[in-house]
Amino acid sequence: MAIWLDSNSRILVQGMTGSEGTKHTRRMVASGAQVVAGVTPGKAGQDVDGIPIFNDVQSAMLATGANVSVVFVPPKFAKAAVLEAVDAKIPLAVVITEGIPVHDAAQFFQYSQNSGATRLIGPNCPGIISPGQSNAGIIPADITKAGRIGLVSKSGTLTYQMMYELRDIGFSTCVGIGGDPIIGTTHIDCLQAFQDDPETDAIVMIGEIGGDAEERAAAYIAEFITKPVVGYVAGFTAPEGKTMGHAGAIVSGSAGTAIAKQEALEAVGVKVGKTPSATARLMRELMKG
Amino acid sequence: MDLYEYQAKQLFGKHQIPGTPGEVCSTPDAAREVARKIGGQVVVKAQVKTGGRGKAGGVKLAQNPDEAAAVATAILGMDIKGHTVHRVLVADASDITDEYYVSFLLDRSNRAFLAMASTAGGVEIEEVAATRPQDLAMIRVDALLGVDEQKAAEIVDAANFPPAVRDQVIAIMVQLWKVMVDEDATLVEVNPLVLAPSGTVLALDGKVTLDDNANYRHASHADFVDREGTDPIELRAKELELNYVKLHGEVGIIGNGAGLVMSTLDVVAYAGEEFGGIKPANFLDIGGGASATVMANGLDIVLNDPEVEAVFVNVFGGITSCDAVANGVLQALEMLKSEGAPLSKPIVCRIDGNNAVEGRRILTDANHPLIEIVDTMDDAARRVAELAAVRKAGK
Repeated sequence: MAIWLDSNSRILVQGMTGSEGTKHTRRMVASGAQVVAGVTPGKAGQDVDGIPIFNDVQSAMLATGANVSVVFVPPKFAKAAVLEAVDAKIPLAVVITEGIPVHDAAQFFQYSQNSGATRLIGPNCPGIISPGQSNAGIIPADITKAGRIGLVSKSGTLTYQMMYELRDIGFSTCVGIGGDPIIGTTHIDCLQAFQDDPETDAIVMIGEIGGDAEERAAAYIAEFITKPVVGYVAGFTAPEGKTMGHAGAIVSGSAGTAIAKQEALEAVGVKVGKTPSATARLMRELMKG
Repeated sequence: MDLYEYQAKQLFGKHQIPGTPGEVCSTPDAAREVARKIGGQVVVKAQVKTGGRGKAGGVKLAQNPDEAAAVATAILGMDIKGHTVHRVLVADASDITDEYYVSFLLDRSNRAFLAMASTAGGVEIEEVAATRPQDLAMIRVDALLGVDEQKAAEIVDAANFPPAVRDQVIAIMVQLWKVMVDEDATLVEVNPLVLAPSGTVLALDGKVTLDDNANYRHASHADFVDREGTDPIELRAKELELNYVKLHGEVGIIGNGAGLVMSTLDVVAYAGEEFGGIKPANFLDIGGGASATVMANGLDIVLNDPEVEAVFVNVFGGITSCDAVANGVLQALEMLKSEGAPLSKPIVCRIDGNNAVEGRRILTDANHPLIEIVDTMDDAARRVAELAAVRKAGK
């Protein structure tokens, strides 16, 4: 069954005619995803490898039945693109774009909340993949197979690393929620969805320094999650006050440290690996029972 | 990007927030001149991006221009929590009847903004929050609705500001929100906001953090970039458009993806415990592409860090396949060699993911004297820590 994305998902790509948009459209198609439309204002009537381009999200949805949007639009135009997707009431919008001003993200997040019709994933994320079913974003599809582990992560490459290490066991859905200070879908949203998904047996949760999302997720796990959760946190050696690559990855004063996140997770019974490989081993032991 | 007080006050001035802007000086003579221009008592304040400068002796009053110069001499060059004072702000030392606190900040947890206000200003706001939370009003600000006069009044009234200053503080809150939105700030803080004996409310201090992602729509923010306060290797990396943070350790790190690189630093630090406390020397994310040019720039930066004894290249080939990464590393070393760069530091490579077997074969076949290939991240971290420790001990 997977979460939010499955073999019935019909994907449109906002910014398909840009270089990144075209490249990743081809990768999504190659991995078996149903990519049915592209959106670039002013380019209606054109196509990318036979996939029709529309001027706006609404006409693309009407013509093709698209129900997922993947946004590759550059930072300058990303807010307008997301507002348009929300106005069209697309159920899922995955915002890959990195470098969106946080005021813009705060506004389009609030806009999606007010609308209530659209789930946002990202921004600054690799997207979501349900191996063997569909793939919305830039996550490489051929490094793992379908299975029964759910994965939620702030980091792209750590997602790939974990998918690859556990490729023989496989994943129901992997969600890269992104490393920005404001993101549309949180660890908690994913934990809840995996808990409710009958095809997910266990969950890997990858976090990193900055904010308190992991601490909040720990509290949520204690109260609502009965499936086993294995965790990993990156950034123990990060100095205070320095942004570590991701705009949201920053320790501010004593807030947002890796140790606080690890302790919060361990306090509610989540096994936390010391390295990504050690984390994969914890999950392997758990799945082999 | 965090701003200095004098830069924050420049933005306050631009948005008509009343205060004591003063002038920034980098020499005692300049401080004397500014004090003469202002006339009367002045305050000389160290410009550092850290709190507690008052306690550290970085804020002093001066009664006349000569005293301002003397005080500036004492403060300039001072070390405050590891920050060297390069400049002082010389400003009118207004008398203070009362001290308040106001701020706006990004509220990550609630994915909105937050207004904070208190009539207990002039002390660390964390202390007020901890010891007398009833005196700190915290009001959610909707990102789409923002702060108009009515919202500002809600904030000011929640903090129980006295009627005599209410309207002035409301007006200041509206303007501070403009700083927040128009300048793409993630933090705007005034502590203290003071009531002068004249009855006027003034921003006596200012703290602003700007969103670097929004730099493209604020050409003038480039002037705020702090070259003196930035590590020279970080400055060079920035010119090469590399995502680099200087740390203090012996193992240079190059990887792809922020999360993987952070994780690499941690794994090297763990491994280094066994070898007398070997540590990572930097954070460097070369991104998904991992092209030869970017790899060469990265290796150049890391190998030229005098603290670095050994380098760890840790790449997961997801979008880019490992054979391309392996060729990138080899081409990068060729490029550096042809530029005459001295190459002697060992480089441990761990490449995994798409086409990993072929990638490792390319590196093995190249038989480069500096490159060692280790299959897993944990083993590679151990090996590079060992190599760094051996080289360090040999010095």
